[in-house]
Parts: sequence; C-alpha cells; structure tokens
Amino acid sequence: MIISINRRNDKENYMKQYKIDKENISTLEALEYIKENIDSTLTYRSGCKSGSCGSCSILVNDKEVLACKCKLNDDITIKPLKNGTIIKDLVVDLEQTAKLLFKSKAFIEKFQDINIKKEDEELIDLQSTCILCQSCYSTCPVYSVNKDFLGPFALTRVLRYTNDKKEANNTKKLDAIQVNGIWDCTLCGNCTIACPQFIDSKTDIMNLRMKSVQNGYSDPTIQSNDFLNEFNNYNDFNTGFNPNSF
Amino acid sequence: MYDVIIVGSGGAGLSAALSAKEKTNKVLVISKTYPTHSQTVQAQGGINCVLDYENDSISNHINDTYKSSKELGNINTIKKMCESAQKTIIWLDKLGVPFSRDNSGKIAQRYFGGTKAKRTCYSSDYTGLKIIHTLYDNCIKNNIEFLNEHTLIDLIINENKYLGINVFNLLSGEVIDLYSKTLIIATGGYGNIYSTHTTNSVSTTGDGLAIAFKHGIKLSNLEFIQFHPTALKGTNTLISESARAEGAFLIDDEGNRFVDELTTRDEVARAIKIKIDNGENVYLDMRHINANIIKEKMPQEQKLIKDIMNLDVHKDLIPIVPAVHYTMGGILTDVSCETSIKDIYACGEVAQNNTHGANRLGGNSLLEIITFGKIAGNNAAEISLKKETNIPNKIEFNVINLILEKKLGKSIYKIKNDLSEAMFNYAGLYRTNNDLKKLHLLIKKFEEEYKNTGIENKSKKYNKNIVDYIELGNLLILSKLVCQSALKRRESRGSHFRKDYKQINKEYQKISTIQNIKERVEYKLEEAL
Ligand SMILES: Cc1cc2nc3c(=O)[nH]c(=O)nc-3n(C[C@H](O)[C@H](O)[C@H](O)COP(=O)(O)OP(=O)(O)OC[C@H]3O[C@@H](n4cnc5c(N)ncnc54)[C@H](O)[C@@H]3O)c2cc1C
Ligand code: SF4
Ligand code: SF4
Ligand code: FES
Repeated sequence: MIISINRRNDKENYMKQYKIDKENISTLEALEYIKENIDSTLTYRSGCKSGSCGSCSILVNDKEVLACKCKLNDDITIKPLKNGTIIKDLVVDLEQTAKLLFKSKAFIEKFQDINIKKEDEELIDLQSTCILCQSCYSTCPVYSVNKDFLGPFALTRVLRYTNDKKEANNTKKLDAIQVNGIWDCTLCGNCTIACPQFIDSKTDIMNLRMKSVQNGYSDPTIQSNDFLNEFNNYNDFNTGFNPNSF
Repeated sequence: MYDVIIVGSGGAGLSAALSAKEKTNKVLVISKTYPTHSQTVQAQGGINCVLDYENDSISNHINDTYKSSKELGNINTIKKMCESAQKTIIWLDKLGVPFSRDNSGKIAQRYFGGTKAKRTCYSSDYTGLKIIHTLYDNCIKNNIEFLNEHTLIDLIINENKYLGINVFNLLSGEVIDLYSKTLIIATGGYGNIYSTHTTNSVSTTGDGLAIAFKHGIKLSNLEFIQFHPTALKGTNTLISESARAEGAFLIDDEGNRFVDELTTRDEVARAIKIKIDNGENVYLDMRHINANIIKEKMPQEQKLIKDIMNLDVHKDLIPIVPAVHYTMGGILTDVSCETSIKDIYACGEVAQNNTHGANRLGGNSLLEIITFGKIAGNNAAEISLKKETNIPNKIEFNVINLILEKKLGKSIYKIKNDLSEAMFNYAGLYRTNNDLKKLHLLIKKFEEEYKNTGIENKSKKYNKNIVDYIELGNLLILSKLVCQSALKRRESRGSHFRKDYKQINKEYQKISTIQNIKERVEYKLEEAL
C-alpha cells in the first residue's frame, strides 16, 4: 500500500510517500508502523487506540477521521487538521480549547438539587459523549476566518449544560454565546458530518438560538436586515442615492 | 513557588486539583498529554457504589473488595473508600456527571464481575469519558492552571526533602524546574511494559513509579498485573465487562461455554488463556442479547466492534483475547495518600494504597482514583499552607543533550516491542521460576541495548522521540522490578499465578515492597499498612 503524508518540520512543508505491506490495519497502526520501521521522526498524537481520547484526529483524503478507527486504504493522503497552527507533521496546537470552553462557560454555573428523570439524562447523553477531537473545528468555515468564534464543540457543550436540569442559572451561559457564538454560525452543517461521535452541532446551535430568543435575546441577523432596510429607505427618500438600486 | 503541583491529569489528577483548589490558588497541573487524552476516558463500564440498601450493603462492598484483594488489602483503607463512595458519587453528580438513571429517576446500577448485587453506576458505556470531561470542565471553571505536553523527568529532592520537579517541555525542547511545597504524583499505571498486549493508553508507561523508585520512594505489589478477559483479538481494544454483565457468553470453537462469565477477571482470563494456548479461539457471544439493551447500555461496544472488527454483535461471534488492563502495584501510600517521602503524595493507578491487593474488582478503580484523588489534593494543600520554603538554587540538568548526543543503535521502538513480548511470554497470566529467570536475563540485554542507543531525530521542537526514549527507560526499570517481585512471590494469589506454586501460601499474606536504598534494591514482605 502506498500512502502520502504531509510532513512539516521546523523549516519546511513537504509530501512524503511510504510503502506499507500490511493488510487490514488502521491508519494509526500505519503511522505507528512507519514510525517504528521506516522513519522514527514521523510525529502524530495518539492515546487510547479506541476512539475515545480524540487525540489522533487527522485528515485522510481531506476528510476528518480518527486515525485509530479509520481502516487504511491504498493511495491515500494524510494531513493534519485544518484551522489550527501546525506544530509538527500531524500535530496541531490545542491550547485554544480550554480558552473557548472557558469563554463559553461550558460547565454547571450553579447547581440545583432537583429530581432528575431518565429522559432528562438521555436528553444530554449524546452531547456529553464529545471527545474534544477538534474534527468539527477543522471543518468550520467560520472558525477558519474568525479565531474568536466559539465554534461547534464549545457550543454543543453549552447546550449540554443548558439542557442539564442540574443547572440553576442558564442566563450567564446564554449571555456568553451571543457574540462570536451562535449567530455567527452559517448553519452549513460541516461539523455535523465530520463528528466521529455523531453529534449534531449544527442542530445544537439552532436549539441554542431558539433558547436564546425564548429568553429574550434578539436575533442579530434579523436586526441587521432591519437596519439595512432602514438604511436603504433612508437613502432612497432623503438623498436619492441608493448604492443598491439600478 | 506553587503550593501543590500535581503531575498527571487523569481522573485522579483532576480530582486532586479540584480539591486542592478549594484550599489554595497556587495549584498547577502538569501533564504529558492533554487532560482529555488521559487513559481515564477509556473506562466504559462504571464506578462502584452501594445505593440500594435493601439488596446490598456497604459491608458487602467492603467484603467483596477485600475478598478480591485476596486478603492483601487493608480493611481500613477499603472501608474508607466504600463508606465514602456515596459521597463521591454525589460529588460527581453535582459537578455535572450525567449518570444514567433508572425508571424511577435514581442513578442506575448494573452488575459487574465478582459481586452479586447491582452496584456499579454508569453513564451509558462512557463512564470514564463523561467523568473526566466533567472534571475538566470544572477545572476550567475554577481557573486551574495547566501545563500540557510537559513530561515529568525527575524529582528534585535534597537530603530526603522534596523541593520540586524537572519537566520536559515538548514544544520547546527545554527542561524547566518547577518548585512547590507539596507534590502529587498521579501519572497512572504501568500497563505498557506489555505494550503489544494491553488495553491501556500509549501514555501509561509507569513514569511516576520509575522516577519515584530512583529516589528511594517505596513501591509495592508490582507483581500483580490484571488481565482483562475480553479484548478484541488483533487490536487489544477492550470490550467492557458490561457485555458479560448484561448476559454475553464466552464460547470456544465448538460453541461450548467453558467458564462462569461473571467470576473474577483473573479466573476468566486464565480459562481463556488455556484455550488459546491449546490453539483454540475464544469468542464473545452477544447474539442472544436484546437489541434494545445493547443500544441503551453498550452503544460504544457495538460501535467499536463494528468499526474495528467489522462485525455485527447481533449476528457474529466476536474473537477475543485477554490483555493487560490494570496494574495493582504502585507507589506505596498510606490512607492519607502520603508516600515514603514527606510532602510527596500519590493517588490513582500509580499508587498502591492497599485497596486492590492482589486483584481489583471492576468498577473499583474509578471509585478509588476519585476518592483518593480528592484526599490527596486536600491533604497536600493543607500541609502546604503550613509549610515555609525557599526556592533552591537552579540545578543544571543536561539529560536531553545527553540523549541527543547518543549514537543510534537498536531502535527504541524495537526494544519496546521485544520487551513487551518477553514480558507477556514469561511474566503473563502464568509464571514459573524458570521463565522469570529467563525474563530477567532478557531484560538485562534490553537495558544494554537501551544504553547503547539514541534517537535519530535531533530537532528541539516537539521532538516526541525524546519522550519515547525517556518512557522506554522507565518501562525497563519497571519490567525488572515486576520480574523480581514475581520471582520472589512463591505462591499463587489473585492475578499472580505461579505454575510451580499453585496454591495460596499463608506465609505470603503480606504486601511486597521494593525500594532503592543507596543503589541497592531491597525487597521485603510487609504487613499491609
Ligand atoms: C479500556 C479501559 C477500561 C476501563 N474501565 C474501567 C471501568 O469501567 N471502571 C473502573 O473503575 N476502571 C476502569 N478502568 C481503569 C481506570 O480507567 C484507570 O485505572 C484509571 O482511569 C486511572 O486513572 P489515573 O488518573 O490514575 O491515570 P490516567 O487516567 O492514566 O492518567 C495519567 C495521567 O498522567 C499523565 N502522565 C503520565 N506520565 C507522565 C509524566 N511523566 N509527566 C507528566 N504527566 C504524565 C498522563 O498524561 C495522564 O494525564 C479501565 C481502564 C482501561 C484501560
Ligand atoms: S463535537 Fe464531535 S467533532 Fe467536535 S470535538 Fe466533539 S466529538 Fe469531535
Ligand atoms: S454549522 Fe456552524 S459551527 Fe458547524 S461548521 Fe458550519 S458554521 Fe461551523
Ligand atoms: S487514539 Fe484515542 S481517539 Fe484515536
């Protein structure tokens, strides 16, 4: 099998091809094989080898995968995740994760002792299986241009805690995600497709939008349209100049 | 100068950090990975706690744990863990761990091997994952300071007094000194001395133990290595005990069941090993289990089996092997988590605090790491507040340059794999005097090879090979200590099975300790603290 890996060292970025004579292995096992037998300098992260630590996410043929759960195929190209600073080979910087979780207040702010039902727990089950693998970040078009965007996993996690009955104070959380948060998302759905845990961040974000509106926050995307209309009207009637008119 | 430094960010380290932070702001967590990359995320099955007092009792929990320890545990330590279990679960629940609930809204419980009552709390089959992510979210909420991808390489100890640590910053390639009044070692177990036969994370390389040993800190019970009966053949991915708890069978090539699936892990694992050594295959059979139960209670298992083996639990038999899963041995601590050097604490899988003895019960590890993680954090913080210290002079530390200067010999990865195969063959589920002696010679050979090799990669920035090199050194130290401890225990007890001494021997109803005293290795049998 031939695979190509996008390498990056202190100085340069280059593509390198490796030949592996092994069948039915995972992409992570292929990386291990290369490191142990061909080129020990190849650098990547890994941990659990079973899809739960999220450290081995990479791009295979430009799609986000967990290397440990992705079977190796012939003629593939491996790259590091997008939207993060590449430190070396397949390793990207992860220091922003904690900052984003902190900013979005993805935790229980104020605990309340309340009777929890089976359905209540099931409601947050899926969202709380996020492994912070960053795949969703790698696909997000908003994040690629705005590094302050809280982004899919942090927002999913906010929904997980706002839907948690144990939380007595959701206001702060909703407050924290209004700017560079839920309204900046384009609802493109890339994150949903990329998630190895089948978490649907796009829908989670829509849910947060709904919750926000229900709690008295206004939708700035509508506001800006109003503003635009007023602006146009203003121009139309007062100066006769409308840049958008024919 | 920190009050408390915690090395390791698994369940034990994060619990310690949260409880230390209640007392002082000067808390730092060092980790060679990221918190959510720690092995604790892999725990699927659950965490033990008696909640149903009608059908179970705390004294049952204590007795089962003691029985499983084969009378090597300390009853007081076990008591402490079991008696505070409910408090521990409530603490986790309050932090936001989404424990699965039963129809009446109570925290749901399942059966685990070695017990006759439903005593294991869980969050579907992502218990460890949900616990650690919740702990991490709380650390973030509480502004706890982290240094990620920093590897502990040494302790700074002067005349038996703890001063600080040396850590290797992977990103910059530099070694830095960090000083604190107290230290908590929470670096996890040493399963990777069997790296090609383990369910453990690649980072579980016994660093904390090896480094502690070099400084004369007492280690204990290293010979007790728990094999999990059911790992997927070929990849060693764990299929949780919850599968058997929910009714899965173990069958051989002829389709016969050959062992009580719910007896303790060591017994099940040995029964499987005998089959495999006879050239047979062993399978997990889940075909008869209700699809809804699988969906609700084992979604991760089902997914792993599909993704990794391309098999369908409803239709296919799943080939399995036993794999190294948990290491009972560790840095010896007392019930307050203190080690044999003052101001140094240990908690989690790295520690041997006399709860698990010769064998750990499923679901007791998560309980132990959280319970004693909190105790360690609390005690270390309290002590630090009473302690005056000055920052010592900077100590020159040249180990990285020494590694980089070494000429390349045998590949460190080849040595690691050879070591693992030797450990598995000669110090695995069955042990004999002859095999262990052979192993000892082999380890000496690997040590020689290790001394005579270096790494190819000379770059400073994010040179993971340096960490790999340091880890291998630690694995070698531990392999040798495990081998020596296994040689000395001439009996079969719990996970330690000697073909040449098949019975339990009362004379060995003691914990083993192993300590480096002025470059001499001292082995002893002692009463459990
Ligand atoms: C697949 C699997 C399933 C399991 N299921 C269960 C279960 O259902 N129930 C149960 O009770 N137990 C279970 N266990 C056992 C349990 O998960 C572990 O014993 C427990 O998680 C250990 O936690 P810890 O905090 O001590 O260590 P870990 O989670 O291993 O964390 C160790 C930390 O130390 C860091 N570290 C290591 N060396 C260094 C160094 N040199 N410098 C800096 N940092 C370092 C690591 O990066 C990591 O952050 C399971 C284990 C496995 C492998
Ligand atoms: S939401 Fe999914 S893709 Fe994003 S970090 Fe979590 S697990 Fe990964
Ligand atoms: S749906 Fe929103 S969060 Fe998800 S990738 Fe698209 S823009 Fe990003
Ligand atoms: S190694 Fe943990 S998710 Fe792949």
